[in-house]
Amino acid sequence: MPALAPTVSAADAASKFGTMFLGLAVFAAVFIGILLIASLFRGKYAEKAQAVAFAGPAILFIALGLLYPAILTIQRSFYSGKFFDLNAGLGNAKAKFVGFDNFQKLWTTPGLPEVFLNTLWWVLLVPSLATGFGLLYAVLVDKAKGEAVAKALIFLPMAISMVGATLIWKFVYYFNGEPGGVQIGLLNAMLTGVGINPHDFLGAFPWNTFFLIVIMIWIQAGFAMTVLSAAIKAIPDDIIEAARLDGVSGIQLFRYVTLPSIRSSLIVVLTTIAIATLKAFDIVQASSGGTLHDSVLANEFYRRSFVTQEPGLGAAIAIVIFLLVTPIIVFNVIQMRKDQA
Amino acid sequence: MASTLRRTTSVIGVAALAAVGLAACGGSSDNSGNNASGVDTTDYSDWCSMKDQLNGKTVTLYTSIVTPEDKPHKDSYKPFEECTGITVKYEGDKDFEKNLPQRAQSGNLPDVAYVPQPGLLQTMVETGKAMPSPESVSKNVDEFFGKDWRAYGSVDDQLYAAPLGANVKSYVWYSPKQFKAKGYKVPETWDDLKKLTAQIAADDANAKPWCAGFASGTATGWPGTDWLEDLMLRTAGPEVYDQWVKHEIPFNDPQVATALDEVGSILKDPKYVNGGFGNVRTIATTTFQDGGQPILKNKCYMHRQASFYAANWPEGTKVAENGDVWAFYLPGDGQSKPVLGGGEFVMSFRDAPEVNAFLTYLSSKEWANEKAKVTSGGWVSANKGLEIKNLKSPIDQQSAEILQDPNSVFRFDGSDMMPSAVGAGSEWTEITNWINGQDTKKTLDNIEKSWPTS
Amino acid sequence: MTAATPLPVPADPASEAPVTRAEKRKKRSSANRAATSLSSRTGSLVAIIMAVLWTTPTFGLLVTSFRTQADIQDTGWWNAFGQLDRWTLSNYDMAFNGGGDNATPMGDFFINSIVIAVPAVFLPLLLASLAAYAFAWIKFPGRDWLFVAVFALQIVPLQIALLPLATWFTRVGIGGTFWALWLSHTAFALPLAVYLLHNFMKEIPPSLLEAARVDGASHMRIFLQVLLPLITPALASFGIFQFLWVWNDLLVALTMLGGSPENAPITMELNQISGTLGNRWYLLSAAAFISISVPVVVFVFMQRYFVRGLLAGGTKG
Repeated sequence: MPALAPTVSAADAASKFGTMFLGLAVFAAVFIGILLIASLFRGKYAEKAQAVAFAGPAILFIALGLLYPAILTIQRSFYSGKFFDLNAGLGNAKAKFVGFDNFQKLWTTPGLPEVFLNTLWWVLLVPSLATGFGLLYAVLVDKAKGEAVAKALIFLPMAISMVGATLIWKFVYYFNGEPGGVQIGLLNAMLTGVGINPHDFLGAFPWNTFFLIVIMIWIQAGFAMTVLSAAIKAIPDDIIEAARLDGVSGIQLFRYVTLPSIRSSLIVVLTTIAIATLKAFDIVQASSGGTLHDSVLANEFYRRSFVTQEPGLGAAIAIVIFLLVTPIIVFNVIQMRKDQA
Repeated sequence: MASTLRRTTSVIGVAALAAVGLAACGGSSDNSGNNASGVDTTDYSDWCSMKDQLNGKTVTLYTSIVTPEDKPHKDSYKPFEECTGITVKYEGDKDFEKNLPQRAQSGNLPDVAYVPQPGLLQTMVETGKAMPSPESVSKNVDEFFGKDWRAYGSVDDQLYAAPLGANVKSYVWYSPKQFKAKGYKVPETWDDLKKLTAQIAADDANAKPWCAGFASGTATGWPGTDWLEDLMLRTAGPEVYDQWVKHEIPFNDPQVATALDEVGSILKDPKYVNGGFGNVRTIATTTFQDGGQPILKNKCYMHRQASFYAANWPEGTKVAENGDVWAFYLPGDGQSKPVLGGGEFVMSFRDAPEVNAFLTYLSSKEWANEKAKVTSGGWVSANKGLEIKNLKSPIDQQSAEILQDPNSVFRFDGSDMMPSAVGAGSEWTEITNWINGQDTKKTLDNIEKSWPTS
Repeated sequence: MTAATPLPVPADPASEAPVTRAEKRKKRSSANRAATSLSSRTGSLVAIIMAVLWTTPTFGLLVTSFRTQADIQDTGWWNAFGQLDRWTLSNYDMAFNGGGDNATPMGDFFINSIVIAVPAVFLPLLLASLAAYAFAWIKFPGRDWLFVAVFALQIVPLQIALLPLATWFTRVGIGGTFWALWLSHTAFALPLAVYLLHNFMKEIPPSLLEAARVDGASHMRIFLQVLLPLITPALASFGIFQFLWVWNDLLVALTMLGGSPENAPITMELNQISGTLGNRWYLLSAAAFISISVPVVVFVFMQRYFVRGLLAGGTKG
């Protein structure tokens, strides 16, 4: 990074921490202010006023920070032009209204249609397998000796940065196609070790997509494991005791006591991972940039928006991603209805 | 003193000319009429004498150059900062190309940016926020750079950016020791190179003549487009190359197919590639950083890659004509000397004396030589005022010689000038498909189809 | 949860249901066969295999981070165990020095990362807990639809949300400051935070809150005196996730801190350590472990909250 000051000056550090505490104080003051204002209301409108005070700030943040850009994206998907911001008032670079052209391009641009199929594989496999592995592990290490350490091992991939993760998997999948060449990738070293020809994991279509999916599962299982483990811990002991007294144990205990008790957490985990998967592009981007028939929608959204300067097409792809989340929302709404019934 | 005096008179000369009639000056200063603040007729060439005016000012600089290459850049500003009292605030960002247009839109532009592609330069000019180069920069560019370089920094004949650094892409890396041991000579023509390729393939069963790597994250495929461009310059010539880049001939013109097939005669021949990595398909998954490394293990004899590949050899590798690795010029017909390359251009987004003084400094021979002196290796410029002896590494000296050679015909990397949808999009992906088995016709047809219509 | 709460929690009627079903099932099976325990030897074996599978790739990088570029390129990382004399700290040395001899020491970036992360965790937690409470326990028109909209907006990619925010921040004069980063991280964290905390809050037995309501307590009092103590573990747990994301964030920092490199977090330093053209990619191995150290310490330190924390109330059948 650019060196402005050659060393950390104490005054500089102090001023930064000063800013931090000022920030914390301001945020705390806002929080207390909201609560106080909310408590002032009495009578007929009290309930509504308090709802506004409690939920208002968060909704405002979300509306400005996420909803507004989403609306801009919908608008942008009907325009052509190089620039992301249609209303930036930029010189002579006017955006042109092109109707549904950008959506048509989703089908006519070479290489784009196959991206849909890949995305489907990602969004089907990652949430289910990451949740499955996370749950399995959470159950297996529950109350085991050294549980905290055991969980930290699965959690680790979540904590590592994306650049690190990419390099990690390079040393797993690395392929040397030279006959008798040295394999510095773990998997191919093992394959050649037992006399099998090495495989080009990230290059050979169509399986390369699935080897990329493995990386995402590897990362997300830690999230699932952490959340589900907490949910398992929260099952009241008396329920489990009662079941045990009735002679229920092992797989049956899991199926008839544990699973129903953590159902809502399972839904939260599946939903969160599914949405994260739809949005994830770093893995594809870092491996081949999606050039080996292994691209996903999120990667194309990124590439078209920022690399090839086709923000209109990028926006159209983003809209498709928005639409793909609909089944997940519907699923959640159904579950909410069930809970309220 | 005398030189200062002369400079002052020449300023008066320019000012007088400007007063007589701007239209007479021709294209380069056309814009100064309708953009009053855009072109400053003040001469900043003697920046040191302007200390009273500039002292304490700050110039923010935004570039794609990060560690460790940023250090010599910062060092090269020191004489300027000392004598003007200006502080240059440097910011390097690997996502520069994506973020610069965004910063234009969010209203957070730096004063100065080093733009590595003419295509991006044009995009930035389209935002209306770029400043035309001040007169003193324009004069420097005329004095120190060729017409071709001036054109790459201009939009509609108006100069917006002076060239800064440069790189030479028409290089083939090889091991001089290995060549000597086998009795191979550096080829003088493309045909000789192909003969040498065939000979190596016949001589050495344990290695391949060539190795290559196209993988580069989002930019996967770019080393392949460089190959194509280099061969376009050699099989079709610079004029056709220019037409091709400007889309005056279609991307799938037969001449382009010829060039791509020439590339294929090496890169798609399993006898010739991919030394140290395996079959042809491994080219797509081998990173560009890894691409030439098998040369060190005698697994591969040649690797076509730019001058900046010098930084990729492991520590302790001697990069010299009689060292571990060296690069020869990718030959053509033996007569003409087309050179494919790249470089950065200095754009500005604020019209202020301190910014203009800095721009003038960067376009001068004083800066070029200062930069050469503080750089241990991996930098060169097309600045004609650059004294080759100031460059420290042999490969940089060779690159400077090629750039300054009057016989060289320099052409900028075509994909950096084509619309991004092609140059940073379909060209990269389709070349990758091509190396993985897609035929030449379909590849070029697909790229042609993706050329933006407007 | 029961163990975590200082308050007496009435039995949740819903939680009886699974047992009843299990009992029925037991009667149907009518056999008292030997239970196949998941925590049996097979179970332990599966867990160990999983742990090894999950850890080996990272372990490989850890070993790699102690090897030279030439060694990394020449042989697989497992060969390092046969060449113990070749292990080196040079990658860490380079990474700590920012990969260059005049680079800013890493300490600067650690300070920035902390200054960025703490408020960027604090603010979304405050706002999300309030909103989650409202969505779970205050009745108002359109509540469910608003809630669905809030969690659905998780799908909006940060990349499209950054530019409008950056434009506003520049206009109001906080572009490039920590404030811009804190506010953006908050906006982006809220949908998931509200979604997770809501799920937790609605699991709290309604009887607890109703009792307080009958006594005439305002929502403020219920929130502060009844809810907050109950959800402290959940808040701490989500806080750790949020800390992780903010700590590892590069994108938001790149956009919001444009022009203010002096405020850059450690990820920006690590991102460019491999050099302009990525020729020093091997330094990334050391860099990854330097940057992971803080989140892992936080994770281990906060384990107790994780155990009892996130969604700890998930007892509904």
